[in-house]
Amino acid sequence: MSIDHTYHLVICGSVVPDPLQSLEPVVTQGKPGLKNELMLPMVLDPFVNHSLNEAAKLREATKDTQVHLVAVGPKAKLQQLMMVLAQKTAFNLVAVDAPAGGFIDSHTVAAALAEAIKAIPGLDLQKTLVFGGWSSASRASGTTLQLVGEKLGITEQFFGVDRLTPAADGGFTVLERVEAGQHLETQVAGAPAVIGWATGELPELPNNPKIGMMNMAKIMPAIGKAKAVDLASAGFSVVDTALPAEKRQTRVVKDMPAAAVAAEIKEWIASGKAG
Amino acid sequence: MEQESGLKTLPGDEVRQIQWGFSDRYDLQMLVANARRVARTIVAKNVAEGERNTHEWTKKKAAMIDAFDEAGLTAAFMDVEHGGFIDGPKNLALALMAFEISWVDGGAATAGLAGNLALSPINECGTPEQRARYMGGAVPGKGGKLLRGSFDLTEPLPYAGVDGSMLSGTMRIEKWEEGKEPILKIEKRGRFITNMAYANFVTAAVGSADERIKGSTMVILEETDPGLYDRGVATKKMTHQLSSTHDPVFSLSVPASRIIGGYDIVDGKIVPRLDHGSIIEAVFSHTRVTVGIMTAAKLLSAVEPLIRYHRQRYRGTSADDVASPRFKLGIQQKEDAQQRLADIWAAGEAMCSLGFAAARLFDKIDALVKIRKEILAKKGITGGRALYKETKAIEAQAMEYLKLDGSLTEAQKATDAKYRALKEDPLIQFALLDTLGNVYCPAPKLWNTGHGTNMMREAVALMGGYGITEDAPGYLCNKWVDGQLEATYEGPEVVQRRQISLTMTNELFLEQLRLALAELEAIHREMPNVGAAITARAGKLFLFALDYMQKTNDATGKKYFHANRQGVSFPLADALACLLGSVEQIRDLVRLKNEGPQNPVAAESLPGLLPFMGDLCVIQALDMAGEVEKVLTELIYGYMADPASVRTTLKEYQELRLALEESMAGQRSARDRAGYALTQVSIPEVLDYPQ
Repeated sequence: MSIDHTYHLVICGSVVPDPLQSLEPVVTQGKPGLKNELMLPMVLDPFVNHSLNEAAKLREATKDTQVHLVAVGPKAKLQQLMMVLAQKTAFNLVAVDAPAGGFIDSHTVAAALAEAIKAIPGLDLQKTLVFGGWSSASRASGTTLQLVGEKLGITEQFFGVDRLTPAADGGFTVLERVEAGQHLETQVAGAPAVIGWATGELPELPNNPKIGMMNMAKIMPAIGKAKAVDLASAGFSVVDTALPAEKRQTRVVKDMPAAAVAAEIKEWIASGKAG
Repeated sequence: MEQESGLKTLPGDEVRQIQWGFSDRYDLQMLVANARRVARTIVAKNVAEGERNTHEWTKKKAAMIDAFDEAGLTAAFMDVEHGGFIDGPKNLALALMAFEISWVDGGAATAGLAGNLALSPINECGTPEQRARYMGGAVPGKGGKLLRGSFDLTEPLPYAGVDGSMLSGTMRIEKWEEGKEPILKIEKRGRFITNMAYANFVTAAVGSADERIKGSTMVILEETDPGLYDRGVATKKMTHQLSSTHDPVFSLSVPASRIIGGYDIVDGKIVPRLDHGSIIEAVFSHTRVTVGIMTAAKLLSAVEPLIRYHRQRYRGTSADDVASPRFKLGIQQKEDAQQRLADIWAAGEAMCSLGFAAARLFDKIDALVKIRKEILAKKGITGGRALYKETKAIEAQAMEYLKLDGSLTEAQKATDAKYRALKEDPLIQFALLDTLGNVYCPAPKLWNTGHGTNMMREAVALMGGYGITEDAPGYLCNKWVDGQLEATYEGPEVVQRRQISLTMTNELFLEQLRLALAELEAIHREMPNVGAAITARAGKLFLFALDYMQKTNDATGKKYFHANRQGVSFPLADALACLLGSVEQIRDLVRLKNEGPQNPVAAESLPGLLPFMGDLCVIQALDMAGEVEKVLTELIYGYMADPASVRTTLKEYQELRLALEESMAGQRSARDRAGYALTQVSIPEVLDYPQ
């Protein structure tokens, strides 16, 4: 299906510390952060990945739709990430150089994102769909995307979205997650809107190094130009950070029937030992 | 001892990109990302689900090949004009790809690379038409049937081998009509042929069995050619089961245009332009480096699972206090476990450094090959005596360049017209790189796979009984056995030792080695704790001993060093390969020190990482120096009847030995420091691939 309508797609998203790493909160130079934060491997926030897949699909289904990725994160980490992301689909990168450890006030991040979006040359906010994660793999409060929308004056906002179907007139249908595995379907007259993606329904885009090589020609200058911003905000402080108490009770058991495992877990929970 | 160690995390991509010389190559960084993804998802899953337990080619194994295609790994070998995405030479690209896949499974890496091996004869020596058809046809996603190839060498039955002088395949003229292209009848039986379950074309070495065809060559066979294209049975390999290996049989009629590189008709005879030996030489001068990388990757991949296993060894027992050293460190409380792992890591670093240095070297050589051909053609030199004369003249100039390089200061080099002219001459640079390449191709293949496999045994041992179970994380036991196969295929160790023993006495190579040792002395003055002095002095001892053995007879009156005296020349080849590992490891460290500060992420880690990596260099240098000294002393003195009579002659050797031993003073503490750092380094909570 090809629709004779143009959207301006802006994806807000960035890197998060690899959740497989041992992430230890610490306070350095008076600011909360992660131990060895810059040295830890970082990955694209998986929710943003879903947004990118959906954006690529929407661009294919429409006419002349352009995709912009606005990413707030450490410049050097963004560069590494682009080695994968650039291979997925064509997009313009707007990079903002700032920490991405997960201990930042969402108001401050949203302000930086909104400023970066407003500065995208040729972007028409009235045609814009702002994509991003419904949640984040960092310790985010899940409010950043809403705040970005508010700061841009976009009040049509949908969260937990699994599907967006464009219509010929520029409108679209959104399928949002609600309670108990149910979806809410909403007909929207058209852009602008904020779409906070859940997992979506699309498979991950394959890596295509040819697309990557084309994208990198634009991406590297964009990273080079990334403006450094201080995301400290007055009145915001992290009072305390701590790891969840480590508790391991490993027992290697083989060939135990699933029913027996379930019964044991049930007993354990009922005993109150789970904490 | 509760102190802060400088090593915070395991080295990240930013660090590796600088060390291994591809921080400015986005194409390679993307390739690494893609290869890693495939390796740690579908490949790892195949291993975890027991796909290695069958010799047969299965759907799951085939899906892995499709994943290689999708991730651009198959196309990485091809030039842009044929649909690839990497411009220029591909040695480093393929080495990095092999590294990433072998991190999980060597057989999968072989499956990913074997198609390139089949294409290599065509890429290196094929006619433009052959290159267009087969290189272009092997790029996925272009529509039409994808070409997948196998490389079928001599393999005299019933054994598997690479003795190029014993061709079992034959070619005869089946039909030759006036004015038409001859049709050849090819008979070929292969053994241990990779990719054979799904290859639809084969590049096969054959010899003439017809007086109307001269010599030997390689031909391209296609699945659809008239005759028998029998894939044969699956070979019962001891390892690498994620690659397909069969014993095929071919009896096919093919047009003579399938002769790789083409042919001429001379006096009514078909004369192939290239014999199979020269084609094979062109192919193996490149591909063996990659195999060395495959074993090196295994050692580095063992570090994280071993640390995790050691730390978690006692967790879960009822007596645990979570704050106790026993809970936090487990087996890492013990010095032996820490330091033996540091040994493994150090060896892995040196092997990677040597392998990637060789890959970068061959990229430079490849870039000069075409230029050299053009220059020689302009001079009207095509081969024979004229080429020999030209080569000798170039070698003399190359030596002149090296002498100037070693004697001029940097300021003088910038202004000396003679030096600059020699440096910019492509023929001279080719001669220099080529002599290096003649040693640097077999060196990682020999040392990385042989010593690497021994070190993998150490890694398995560090997991105790757990190491020899299928539950052991990181597939260490598989990797140990895989290493043995890698030491064997594409030319077993004996072939590599033979190659090194023939090429290491080249004066241009030896002079470049002398310069490298001088470079290490200079590094030592600036960085005294990276083992540069040890390596330099081990190198000097080696050079003296090699020279002595080339000029001196032993107690029986035989020359110590002789091409056929493998009892002497082969241990020397082993010693040299090991020495080069340390040289390159230290060079990579220096590159990291110089270029690291420009990358903010790498820069953050350098204060802790550089001393640690320096300690690994020292550990490896000490191990290497001990081995080199042992080999040399054993050879020189071991074939001597009366040491007293040569005491004066060998005074310099003894002084060099003493200097080497003195350079080791105080250096063993590097092992203690590195071992301790391993108890402090942060690692991911779990392995990032299925187990």
